[in-house]
Amino acid sequence: MHELSIVSSVVDTVTESLAAYPGARVKEVRLRVGALASVVRESLEFCYGIATEGTPLEGSRLVVNVLPVVMHCAPCGADVTLEGVQSFRCPKCGEPCSDLRQGRELEIEAFEIDEVEEAR
Amino acid sequence: MTTRIVELRRGILKKNDELAAGLREWYAEAGVLVLNLVSSPGTGKTALLEWTLTELRKRGARVAALVGDLETDNDARRLASSGAPVRQINTHGICHLDAEMIGKHLDGWELGDLDYLFIENVGNLVCPSSYDLGEAVRVVLLSVTEGEDKPLKYPTMFNSADAAVITKMDLAVPCGFDRWAALRNINEIRPGIRIFETSVKSGTGLEEWLEYLEQKRKERG
Repeated sequence: MHELSIVSSVVDTVTESLAAYPGARVKEVRLRVGALASVVRESLEFCYGIATEGTPLEGSRLVVNVLPVVMHCAPCGADVTLEGVQSFRCPKCGEPCSDLRQGRELEIEAFEIDEVEEAR
Repeated sequence: MTTRIVELRRGILKKNDELAAGLREWYAEAGVLVLNLVSSPGTGKTALLEWTLTELRKRGARVAALVGDLETDNDARRLASSGAPVRQINTHGICHLDAEMIGKHLDGWELGDLDYLFIENVGNLVCPSSYDLGEAVRVVLLSVTEGEDKPLKYPTMFNSADAAVITKMDLAVPCGFDRWAALRNINEIRPGIRIFETSVKSGTGLEEWLEYLEQKRKERG
C-alpha cells in the first residue's frame, strides 16, 4: 500500500547520486526486496512509471530482485531457505525457527547509467 | 557513451531507520518502555489501551500514549479519559506511523518522567510492519471476529511482532472462534511468541498482560 512512497524515495536517492555523473542517463535501477518486506513487486513496477515522470530516471527500467526468507536453524546448525512465508519451520528437520537471516531487505542495489563522454 | 553500473547498497527506508535508532537510544536513556500496538482497524487496540492506561495508573505507573489515525482525534479523547497524557497523530491518508511523526509528536514531553509509552499505530496489518518506531516491544492484536488465519494472510506483521494479543475473547463462542487454529497459526508464523487471550469486557487474560508489561518494564531497568 505504501509502494508509491517507497518508489519516490528510490527516485530521490538515485537522483542525488546522479549528481556525480553529470549528463548521465539512467537505464536501469535494481532493488533487493525481501519476501517479508511488505511490498509487492507488481505494485512497485506500476508506481515506478509514475514516480519517475519528469525526473532523470524517466524511461528507465526497474528490476526487482525478490529474496526468499533465510532462517538459521539451531538444531541443523545451518542457514536454511524457506519456500514461502506460511510456515517458519526448518524445511530439513521441521523444527520451528525464529532466527531470521534474510527476508526483510528493502534496498537499492545499484543503478545503470549511460555516461556522456566529455566533449574535447 | 559508456555504460556504468553504480553500486549503492542503500536501504530505501534508511532515513526512517536512522531516526528510529535515534529514538531507541533516547527511550533507553530515559528508561521508558515503548510499545508499538499494531492490528487491523477495529481489533480493539484503543479498548485494550484504555484499560491498560487506566490500570497501570492505578498501580502508580507513569504512562502516556501516542495514537495514530488518518483523521479525527476520537481515540485520543477516549484514551485521555484514563487521565494519562495522550497525543493524537493524524496522518491524513498515510497508512502507517513513521519515526519522524513520533519524534515530532514527542516534542515537549519529558520521557524520563515516564515508565511506559504506548504507540497505537494506524489500523493496518501491512505497511506499519516496515516502519521501525524505535519501540522495544511490538504487539500485534488479533480479534476473534477476524478469522483464525489472519497470521497466515499477514505473515510479515506477525513475524515481526514480539507479543500477540487475541482480543474480544468474550465473543469467541458466538463467533465460532477456533482457538487452537489461531494459536497454531500464530506459532507457525512466529514460533514461540508470547500470546495473550484477552477480553476487556469480561476481564479475561488482562492480569497476565499487565504482568508481562511490568516484567518488560523491569527488564528495561
